[in-house]
Amino acid sequence: MERLSFTYPARERLTRRAHVGVVGSGDLEVLLQPSSDQHAHVSVTTSVDGFAAVWKNVLDRFFGRFEGAALIEINDFGATPGVVLLRLEQAAEALRA
Amino acid sequence: MSGVAGSRQRFLGRRSYIELLARERARAVLDAGTFRELLGPFDGLKSPWLPLQGVVAQADDGVVIARGLIDGKAAVVAAVEGRYQGGSIGEVCGSKIAGALELALRDCERGSPVRPVLLLETGGVRLQEANLGLAVIAEIQAAIIALRRHVPVVAVVAGIVGCYGGMSLAAALCSTLIMTRQARLGMNGPEVIEQEAGIAELDAGDRALIWSLMGGEQRYATGLADALLEDDVDEIAAEVRRAFANPPGPARSEQVERFAERLARVDVALPPSPRALRDVWRREGGA
Repeated sequence: MERLSFTYPARERLTRRAHVGVVGSGDLEVLLQPSSDQHAHVSVTTSVDGFAAVWKNVLDRFFGRFEGAALIEINDFGATPGVVLLRLEQAAEALRA
Repeated sequence: MSGVAGSRQRFLGRRSYIELLARERARAVLDAGTFRELLGPFDGLKSPWLPLQGVVAQADDGVVIARGLIDGKAAVVAAVEGRYQGGSIGEVCGSKIAGALELALRDCERGSPVRPVLLLETGGVRLQEANLGLAVIAEIQAAIIALRRHVPVVAVVAGIVGCYGGMSLAAALCSTLIMTRQARLGMNGPEVIEQEAGIAELDAGDRALIWSLMGGEQRYATGLADALLEDDVDEIAAEVRRAFANPPGPARSEQVERFAERLARVDVALPPSPRALRDVWRREGGA
């Protein structure tokens, strides 16, 4: 198990929160809520060690389009990068729903 | 032709309950728009024990507690997430279930009944939390017994995990137990039996055998489950409502002599086949 954290600049204030996914095999859960500063803070807990660079790539791509000032907690149980990105997009979509 | 077309239509119109996550299941059995979650994922009540053992914890510890209405009456639903740690019961998620049932009991005793529903999908106690999990399962069982004196306690086991260990006893204590064909119910899981007693006793890889022994159809045919349903959200939600509308008779665990007599009909030296057991333990009175 490994814990990682990342920070990204943000421009949009959030008022809602969203929770998607499950900590099941090949899946993850994402908890997204407003942060109190002008940044997005991501804390990842993953069952698979040694993939910090891959996490950074996936998050870089997500934050290329998402500008919300969010506190994001990710609890991962071996999801592939594609599944991680889909869950993040799903959480972002749930904010707009 | 029209029969085939009709059944095809029914099949396509079905919404799977098994495919739903615990939160969606809880929402599905409550009246539309009444779901209100207590101690949800943002409250951060996680297992303190799993990370110490290198296991990633889920924010709600795998149990969803929701208040809402069932047929307009106050209800509380506890739904176990089978996809997280096999739906295993640890200290935190087990306490959420026990606490919800105990509060429902208090409300019932004060004259405002609450309809309790357990949506179970669990391998039983969470081995990483051992005695803490076992202790809280005992609390859940005690709460079910106290609560069913006031109001039916309704359990649903739909699959794909099934319901095992101490939680199978909890399911058996409920006033009404609803199953699907895909569900399994048993004290020991097939893998545990094979490991402890050998493959000659039970081949855990033989799915047809496992379901013939522990599957929903067999449990219903031998009177150990009260309803056998298709994997359909609407059917399951309707059966839960029926269970409250038509309160059942005495609980199974109150019918000690009846079940002792059933056991006496079985020769353990020459156990009957699952099919033959259905004749030995035929459903009585259709209930």
